[in-house]
Amino acid sequence: MPGMRQTPRNAAFYENREWGKNGAAYLRNVRQGKGRTHPGNASRVSIHSLLSGLLDFEATKANGGTKQVGLQCENCGMTYTQFSKIGRFGCSHCYKQFSERLDPLLKRVHGNTVHVGKVPKRAGGKLKTKRDIDRLKKEMQGKIEREDFEAAAQLRDRIRELEKEMNG
Amino acid sequence: MSKRKYVKQPLSEWMKGEGPDSDVVISSRVRIARNIRSMPFPMMAEPQQSQSVMEQLLDVAESGRLNGLGQLERIRLSDLTELEKLVLVEKHLISPNLANESRNGALILSPNEAISIMINEEDHLRIQCLCSGFQIRQAWDWASKIDDIFEEQVDYAFDEKHGYLTSCPTNVGTGIRASVMMHLPALVITGQINRILSAVTQVGLAVRGLYGEGSEAAGNLFQVSNQITLGQSEQEIIENLHQVARQMIEHEKAARTKLLSESRPRVEDRIRRSFGILTQAMIMDSKEASQRLSDIRLGVHLGLIDDVKDQTLNELLVSTQPGFLQQTYGEALSPEQRDMTRAELIRSRLATGS
Ligand SMILES: [Zn+2]
Repeated sequence: MPGMRQTPRNAAFYENREWGKNGAAYLRNVRQGKGRTHPGNASRVSIHSLLSGLLDFEATKANGGTKQVGLQCENCGMTYTQFSKIGRFGCSHCYKQFSERLDPLLKRVHGNTVHVGKVPKRAGGKLKTKRDIDRLKKEMQGKIEREDFEAAAQLRDRIRELEKEMNG
Repeated sequence: MSKRKYVKQPLSEWMKGEGPDSDVVISSRVRIARNIRSMPFPMMAEPQQSQSVMEQLLDVAESGRLNGLGQLERIRLSDLTELEKLVLVEKHLISPNLANESRNGALILSPNEAISIMINEEDHLRIQCLCSGFQIRQAWDWASKIDDIFEEQVDYAFDEKHGYLTSCPTNVGTGIRASVMMHLPALVITGQINRILSAVTQVGLAVRGLYGEGSEAAGNLFQVSNQITLGQSEQEIIENLHQVARQMIEHEKAARTKLLSESRPRVEDRIRRSFGILTQAMIMDSKEASQRLSDIRLGVHLGLIDDVKDQTLNELLVSTQPGFLQQTYGEALSPEQRDMTRAELIRSRLATGS
């Protein structure tokens, strides 16, 4: 079938969703300093360790064999170690903060690392505005070089408007 | 209309037994996972943060922008009893995770229960659209429109490279999980099911039972869903699932025809025995109920049993679950009383045929 990967996905990772319910309790305890709670039963523990194994493996590989400690999200405080234990990010910033280790993992789970689907209209709008600003800046540069300062000033005002729009 | 209709009555849109290929496909579902930018995901959120997420998302329903869906119910999970939550899980309107784990969890429900919007589940927002029969494209269209409405009001966590950012890396990108619930008795009886399911998992789809992850495929019901959410567009994901489900439907239909032509007496005997037992038995555990109701469903679609509607069978799927039985007949049912009540309920529904 076109566009479909022929290899089975990593089963251990998906089964992890089952004990992921316990992940919430685990994390709450981590935050409250209660230490580690073990997932409920034997099978959950083994799935848990499979996932940790997978994530640790990726981490080790990404760092050329030496495990880096202390990688932590500045926004929500989640550490990479916590993420690798529960398989859940703490906030959207974690994606940026852990980005260097993410691609091998995403590749393994999805066979891909880059989104190609729907884009929020608003983000789409911002992207468009950003491109418009870049284009206008080039145009303005051209006007300045040709000493058409009046036109350049008009472009400058338009750029300011767009920048305001984008940041506001 | 009672405020608690959604926990008292079994009927939801998906149980109507209508829609294309409803002799094989019971329901089609799409759920979209979204989060609010910069806000910690529910698992990491402080109570006041998840409170504000809940208010912000409930406000979208309050604002009237979702009025096209009809008179919406807005339900805070903290207002429900444990039993009421269990019933909503059994009706597939909320996930076990929302019922059991969420803090400041909430639900927005359309009157026909085809749309359920979960707040503070694993992600801040989960939009689910659940249709009757084989209507996976329709389910995506609706869910996507609702997504657009929320997006007008809420700043989503999205980045150009990874798409929609979700709590679990298995959902990142499109954030969609599309699934088709199929009744495949003839493939099971003719011993073809394992070969087909293994082929399905090889093309990157997952197979589960009626109640999702970890649940057994009781009653010959199989739920097939996408696993990849990153690097394929929503259209590709929906079309892939559609194509594979289409092939499974055709195989099941061919197996049914073959069963009728090659071993009709044995099949008919099996179906009539199950009908006899379900209309006479005094004690019925849930496993036997789902197996025998599967036989009845097959009998209806082979034209061997008249006057039992698909809708009745779909409602029985839900109303014979433990939570629903307790909701209807009282919380203090012992396991044996529960099996007796289940038997009684099935007898009466099959006798009236309605
Ligand atoms: Zn974070």
